[in-house]
Amino acid sequence: MTDASGGSVRSSVGDHPLIPLVGLLVVLLIAIEIVQPGIVGPGWAGVILRTAVPLAILAGCQTMTMLTGGIDLSVGAVASMSGFVLATLVNGPGTPVGIMIALAAAALCGLVTGIGVGVFRVHPLIMTLGMSLVVLGLANVWQLQMVQTGSGVPEGLRTLGSATFLTIIPNSILVFVPVALLILFGLRRTGYGRQLYAIGDNPIASRLAGTRAWQVLIVLYVISAILAAVAGFLISGLTNTASVTLADSYVLPSVAAAVIGGTSILGGRGGYSGTIVGALILTVLTALLSSLGYPEAVRQILFGAIIVAVAAAYTRVTGET
Amino acid sequence: MSAATAPAEAQRSDTVDTLASAIRRSGWILGLLGFLVLLLLFTIQIQPTYGETGVRGLAISVLPLALAAVAQAVVVIAGGIDLSIGSMMALLSVISAVLMKGQSEEFGVAVVVGVLLLGVVLGTVNGGLVVITRVPDIVVTLAMSFVWAGFALIVLARPGGGSASWLKDLVTGSIGNDWIPRAAIAMLVLVAVIWIPVKRSKLGLSIYAIGSNRLAAFRSGVPVGPTKVAAYALMGLFAGLAGLSLTASTGIGTPVPGPYTLLSVAAVVLGGVSLAGGRGGVFGPIIAVVILQLIRTDMTFLNFDSNLAIVAQGAILIGVVMMGSLTQLRRNRA
Repeated sequence: MTDASGGSVRSSVGDHPLIPLVGLLVVLLIAIEIVQPGIVGPGWAGVILRTAVPLAILAGCQTMTMLTGGIDLSVGAVASMSGFVLATLVNGPGTPVGIMIALAAAALCGLVTGIGVGVFRVHPLIMTLGMSLVVLGLANVWQLQMVQTGSGVPEGLRTLGSATFLTIIPNSILVFVPVALLILFGLRRTGYGRQLYAIGDNPIASRLAGTRAWQVLIVLYVISAILAAVAGFLISGLTNTASVTLADSYVLPSVAAAVIGGTSILGGRGGYSGTIVGALILTVLTALLSSLGYPEAVRQILFGAIIVAVAAAYTRVTGET
Repeated sequence: MSAATAPAEAQRSDTVDTLASAIRRSGWILGLLGFLVLLLLFTIQIQPTYGETGVRGLAISVLPLALAAVAQAVVVIAGGIDLSIGSMMALLSVISAVLMKGQSEEFGVAVVVGVLLLGVVLGTVNGGLVVITRVPDIVVTLAMSFVWAGFALIVLARPGGGSASWLKDLVTGSIGNDWIPRAAIAMLVLVAVIWIPVKRSKLGLSIYAIGSNRLAAFRSGVPVGPTKVAAYALMGLFAGLAGLSLTASTGIGTPVPGPYTLLSVAAVVLGGVSLAGGRGGVFGPIIAVVILQLIRTDMTFLNFDSNLAIVAQGAILIGVVMMGSLTQLRRNRA
């Protein structure tokens, strides 16, 4: 990019952050088609989408918390815990009861986190980190209690998490579309969404304007935990397993997806549409790296390097610091 | 109150104020130390056999995390955070283990020096990327944690390698008295030789300055970018030491990062370093690490489920930070 055209490109990209992201996604798709001709098709797209859905939901938790200047590192523990609790309750009380109990447990975690962050002003990084230790430990205790009853991923969840209809559309879209619409609509059109942006952009100004930050934050972390639980159900359906550390590997990519999607980790800037594309980019990138036949180690290195590069390019282009 | 007693009164309240502010300044560390002493007494109470062996074991088991906490503390004081410390430790540990396996003791010295230099390089890469790209520290180091972990897997696919025996001797056993573990002495010497001179130098002041108020530091002529890179380089050096202590205490290198990154952040916060930067030191985090480990040990002695120990660690982390911010809030209101 030359300096002469820099200004106009910068402003147009700043106005429409989705354009370069979708461009990057297309480039990745072309790259994977070149590497393995004929791979990009309806069936492949279905696999990619169904892998991306849980990541996109968890990245939604990060997007909303990052808008307020926070972060939610407890999504992995909460998601694993919910999936695991559900799996242990399937054979006893049944799936619907299990879902309700798992969601309630997740909401309770979110409530505690929200009170810590909102009322006691604990740094969200520390609060969610401590919370994930607590949740992991309690889930382990629960596991020992439940070892006799056995566990299983309910059939319905497996269909929901891993099956696709019309080849291209995974069933989990049924869950994802309402969730995504809710987040998109909530952030763009509701007063609550504006309050999230306001708290992240300028906490003092938002307080003077009458926002009760602690109420907003408590609700936010409860929503985040419930969404994490939903993602946990889908992940355990997708992998047909339930364990207390199942979703841990999603935590860092969920932050990365939100960052790549243009949400500022400093708060006040970003949105969910970019995050969805970010989650797709990460999923396609992972697929590309594995189809190149690189070993796991090289994949990790490239994954990390590309996240830095994209984040750097984004910061440079939008002029955001 | 008569006019004559008023000045004396004022003077006395002045001394009380100075004393109070001195206690307040290092109050957090004093509190931690007091808690540690209570915890040790409690440990001896529930397990009368806990003695020299226990203290030595404690010192060895906390060494890697304590060094990681020091590394994290330096970066956090400079206003950053490094989420790749665990991966960096894994990479540096496997490199040292692979190079030292079956080699002479003298070659081990060269390996140690080389690994420490490499640690500085890795830290400089992290810091340089943060400064050049202007991407928030947390994002850059999060991504770099994948990179360093990947390199660790390339160096060594599964746990293996070896350690020079002098390196192992450096951290195991005791020195002089049975009660003084070598690992603790090593820790103190390292911090005294590396951190204290830095802290007293111009660089140390600059590190605190950029963490405390970036803009004010910049306007006072502190080179903000280079100082930040220097803080990351120092972090890399301590991460190298932490990696070497992993090799020394286990005798092998493990390519999978341990839980050190997040625990180091927890220890730093418990140790009284503000995540906002510019406040705290490295001794608080070290004491916090010892306390966390001792609580785990005690829970084993009391036959608690080891999972409850994890819960306790998380609950302590949240509870202590909550109390800290509560007193902070009250002070602001007063």
